Amino acid sequence: MAKMMYREAVVSTIAAEMERDPSVVVLGEDVVGGMGTAGGPEAIGGIWSTSTGLFGKFGKDRVIDTPISESAIMGAAAGLALAGKRPIAELMFADFIGVSLDQIWNQIGKFRYMFGGKSKCPAVIRMAYGAGFNAAAQHSQSVHQILTGMPGLKVVMPSTPADVAGLLRQAIRDDDPVIFLEHKALYATSGEVPDGEHLVPFGHARIARAGEDVTIVATGMLLGFCEAVADKLAGEGIGCDVIDLRTTSPLDEEAILDSVEVTGRLVVVDEAPPRCGLATDICSLVANKAFASLKAPPQPVTPPHTPIPFAREMESAYLPSADKIEAAVRKLLDWR
Amino acid sequence: MQLSREALLQAYRQMKVIREFEERLHSEIQTGEIAGFTHLYAGQEAVAVGVCEHLTPADKIISTHRGHGHCLAKGCDVNDMMKEIWGSREGLCRGKGGSMHIADTNVGMLGANGIVGAGAPIAVGAALSNKLDGPDENGKLRVAIAFSGDGACNQGTTFEAMNLAVVTQAPCIFVFENNHYSEHTGVDYAVGTSKDIASRAEAFGMKVWRADGTDFFAVYETMRELLDYVRAGNGPAAVEFDTERFYGHFEGDPQRYRGPGELDRIRETRDCLKAFRASVTGARLLTDADLDALDAEVMDAIEGAVETARAAPRPTAEDVLTDVYVNY
Ligand SMILES: Cc1ncc(C[n+]2csc(CCOP(=O)(O)OP(=O)(O)O)c2C)c(N)n1
Repeated sequence: MAKMMYREAVVSTIAAEMERDPSVVVLGEDVVGGMGTAGGPEAIGGIWSTSTGLFGKFGKDRVIDTPISESAIMGAAAGLALAGKRPIAELMFADFIGVSLDQIWNQIGKFRYMFGGKSKCPAVIRMAYGAGFNAAAQHSQSVHQILTGMPGLKVVMPSTPADVAGLLRQAIRDDDPVIFLEHKALYATSGEVPDGEHLVPFGHARIARAGEDVTIVATGMLLGFCEAVADKLAGEGIGCDVIDLRTTSPLDEEAILDSVEVTGRLVVVDEAPPRCGLATDICSLVANKAFASLKAPPQPVTPPHTPIPFAREMESAYLPSADKIEAAVRKLLDWR
Repeated sequence: MQLSREALLQAYRQMKVIREFEERLHSEIQTGEIAGFTHLYAGQEAVAVGVCEHLTPADKIISTHRGHGHCLAKGCDVNDMMKEIWGSREGLCRGKGGSMHIADTNVGMLGANGIVGAGAPIAVGAALSNKLDGPDENGKLRVAIAFSGDGACNQGTTFEAMNLAVVTQAPCIFVFENNHYSEHTGVDYAVGTSKDIASRAEAFGMKVWRADGTDFFAVYETMRELLDYVRAGNGPAAVEFDTERFYGHFEGDPQRYRGPGELDRIRETRDCLKAFRASVTGARLLTDADLDALDAEVMDAIEGAVETARAAPRPTAEDVLTDVYVNY
């Protein structure tokens, strides 16, 4: 076990996998940082410091700095993957998927199915997502809602450094395209990471807190809020079962349903807007498959149906918070 | 140089407002009061002002993530902009946009943009709208201008926009501000082997210009020629200005990609305000005293804007829910 930051878990896992498998290639904007400048390569090393040192170790054929051309980055990742490599493409901010969506959605995500299972596209597309920096509507979004809705893509949302390492290693070795979503606000958080070949299989949720009164489902940065609420309510004798989904596609339906069968109460916390999203999806899953065990209607806790505002006061009002999660839990407990 | 004394003072004032606005933000940001990402335009003032001094509110501009200079040059109110960057509910965009997303359609400023390369196609649309409206009373077309960086010129959207503009003969002008960096990557690496952005526009069939973007007069004269051409209905055109940015890509950027002494050197030899001053005082068109008086006036205006922003009312949770749909 080594204590490391979320961002360190990203770069050390990529480095270890590149060491192990020569077909792993990294590409993206400023992943080297400083190309074509007086400061020279690695003057920056990735704007999130998630590729620092890779260029020095693996060279320019395996660590490819690109111009600002997301469509070309994702398309090149598709081509690399179809031709037998394992590309890890970085999209600096998740919000920029718009520019490259065709390559992700109609190409990378569909090849295996369209070609009758005869080709595979083992690309990992890493992106930094999420709010908390007052970066406003075009640099703060949670895009898992869009990507989870696209068949053919696996979607991963780690909330701890250990899961970053285990899920990213899994993603790189996976033969399907994987969207790997890293929350900006978590990059500097730390935790223990198991040494060596640590792998976390997809579709297996993590029980972050165990309890028998209310099920709380969340991902990414929001886990911390849910855990804080669970710890606070535990003091009052209220038990929260906090489920960290880890992957939204595949989805660990069993973990959710098993928990709700015990608690009869569900809160789903999501950072994406509410319509047609993860929270509504999971509420509907539970309504369909565990209706009889429900003691109260499932409660989504999400931002409002608006773009993300800039000013501090508005962004914090926009985001789910520990207070809002606690209120949702209490509302369920008070039901009838 | 055919500019009147008044026009010279106006141009200098505009450049100085931008410079001081940015310098002041640079120091205010250290206090932690300003939230979000801020990309400063200081160093590139001659481009924004040399372009926008030719425009009327009917001419549109589309800006980038580095938009403060374009906004100010196009006539956005300094106080309202400062309030926006401070996140006040009285800001130009009610505190919803912040530094990267400032717009004021009343002055023809259709928006700064957080998505690199998003602006050029939008400018083509605005130009087509102007074409549809027809020429003004002097028989000249109103235009739309897309400001793009050297980095943005690598986006497919920019290429698509250039081709569409040529195909539709839109009165659109692509202004490429080559400040040699896209974030932390040099233009020498990122822009093909020719290192030449203007020639790309040429390849789409556009007439192109090139000029020193740190020389206000070079920008101004180039734009005069270019605008005559586009306003006369000859279709789109492009220009590449060679310029410099004095600060990091964003505030907080340690700039390790710069060479030793690079910033001192460009501030010394490539400062558009210094060059302007030397040129107009050398030609005895204005005196140092004229310009010093303007400097003082601008400093006061910016001080006032900061004080206004600091005191302006903050948004509330209810404000989050407004402006999202038009109510019928
Ligand atoms: C689609 C998209 N990709 C990447 C970014 C991140 N980004 C913001 S500014 C920038 C560099 C832009 O360079 P350039 O166009 O030369 O403009 P400059 O910053 O030099 O003014 C990048 C890569 C973004 N905002 N949008």
